[in-house]
Amino acid sequence: MPDPVFLASLYRRHAPRVLATLIRRLGDFDVAEEATHDAFAAAVSRWPQEGVPDAPVAWLIRVGHRRGIDQIRRRQTARQHAHLLIPDNDAAEEARVIEDDLLRLLFICCHPALSMPDRLALTLREMAGLTTEQVASALLQRPAALAQRIVRAKRRLRTAGIPYEVPEASDLPARLSDVLGVIYLIFNEGYSCSDGERVVDVHLCEEAIRLGEALAGLLPWGEVFGLLALMRLHHARREARQDALGELVPLEEQDRRRWDGRQIEIGLAWLARALALTPVGAYTLQASIAAVHAEAPSAEATDWDRIVRLYETLLRVQPSPVIELNRAVAMAMRDSPDAGLALLDALAERHRLDDYHLFHAARADLHRRAGHREAACHAYERALALTVQEPERRFLSRRLAALGRADG
Amino acid sequence: MQYVALVYYQERLIEAMSERDWHDLNQECLGCVERLTEQGHFITGRALQPVESATSVRRRDGETLVSDGPFAETKEQLAGFYLLEARDLNEALRLAGGIPPARLGTIEVRPVRELPPKDETGDPS
Repeated sequence: MPDPVFLASLYRRHAPRVLATLIRRLGDFDVAEEATHDAFAAAVSRWPQEGVPDAPVAWLIRVGHRRGIDQIRRRQTARQHAHLLIPDNDAAEEARVIEDDLLRLLFICCHPALSMPDRLALTLREMAGLTTEQVASALLQRPAALAQRIVRAKRRLRTAGIPYEVPEASDLPARLSDVLGVIYLIFNEGYSCSDGERVVDVHLCEEAIRLGEALAGLLPWGEVFGLLALMRLHHARREARQDALGELVPLEEQDRRRWDGRQIEIGLAWLARALALTPVGAYTLQASIAAVHAEAPSAEATDWDRIVRLYETLLRVQPSPVIELNRAVAMAMRDSPDAGLALLDALAERHRLDDYHLFHAARADLHRRAGHREAACHAYERALALTVQEPERRFLSRRLAALGRADG
Repeated sequence: MQYVALVYYQERLIEAMSERDWHDLNQECLGCVERLTEQGHFITGRALQPVESATSVRRRDGETLVSDGPFAETKEQLAGFYLLEARDLNEALRLAGGIPPARLGTIEVRPVRELPPKDETGDPS
């Protein structure tokens, strides 16, 4: 007999699949969503008596499809929806098409015609199967505002004529990169929010990994594996990157025994699969860098030369001043803080970095290592003035205080 | 569905172009229209005179107000439009990306809204 916990976990696991197929069959996001809820409601009332069917997902899709058509008929628009009245489970075609429904759902939730916040909200709600309240709490938004956002995003999908399909081969690389961008953003939201001050029942890092794994099963591309490797390797450090008081601990001071060996192992396995495919993309390269850290016994024993070379490759794949900044820091670690400072000065001449807090934080750190107390304090103050996130602010203030100057 | 593709670019980029480049760009646009027509995507479309030739008009409280210049001063100016037939937004974006000035400026793609059927009684005139 299904208990509420069983049904909640069933919903979480299967709702996206059921919804994904119903959107395609019913041709309307909202109708499909209501039909999905109806199907789960029917399960709650019938399964206790009738028992759980052998193929629960197929059962839910069948019931949902029927409810959806009833709903459309009630709206008296059946004339326009005559195409929906196909027999619902006998087409051999259907079995093949159904495989792609989750991909269709993911690609529509991450469509570039939607704003980034819309993509995040839709992906978490529809693709990860979270409730509006869960998504709102994870993204630090009010549920009413988030519900509004989702309604507007779905309206936009409809009026703009955004199709429910897996992109054509020619568009696939660019569209996949949009999807990966959304998943990585979800991961980073979780990474930067985990300051121990909030109580949430949803961990965005884990949601992002789950989404990535679902995608890897459907679309086994190198960059999908690369992103999964990157997320696992970063996630492995979650316990070590903050101390008992919830304060940020920089990579080199982290207690590496607290890194999660199991996560690292899984991350390295994804990385091996990613590296077996060409061309090697930006996520795979970033994961390779994270792997060098993961495999180093200590910060001093890190193969900085390899990290510098990986950053150089990454710069060719994806030129950006932020990556140049990271490379300069890695070169400072390999050679000397002064060498790094010279590189940062040269970088600042080519790019506008004066308002970028990490630029000043990196300069401050290198000055500190080189023993330039005045210059370090000055750079920490500048970084502090530009940083918004509380844990990072506290970290910078501590560094500043350690140099003998309080941050006023 | 029908989509309007609005072509925007900075007119000063065009003004700075050589006679030859301007000629080539126009020929390229003609070729683009020809191709879209053959494929059944082109419904209509026109290139526009520079924005300095624009006049704006509005009616407030029964009065007509005419002013010189475009509706909005923007960094890129409206230079032309295409009315396209496309299966969905993905196809419309693919077609719009092939419009030559997409390289110079921006193409805004908007779905066309069908007006509701005309009321049968109560003609407003």
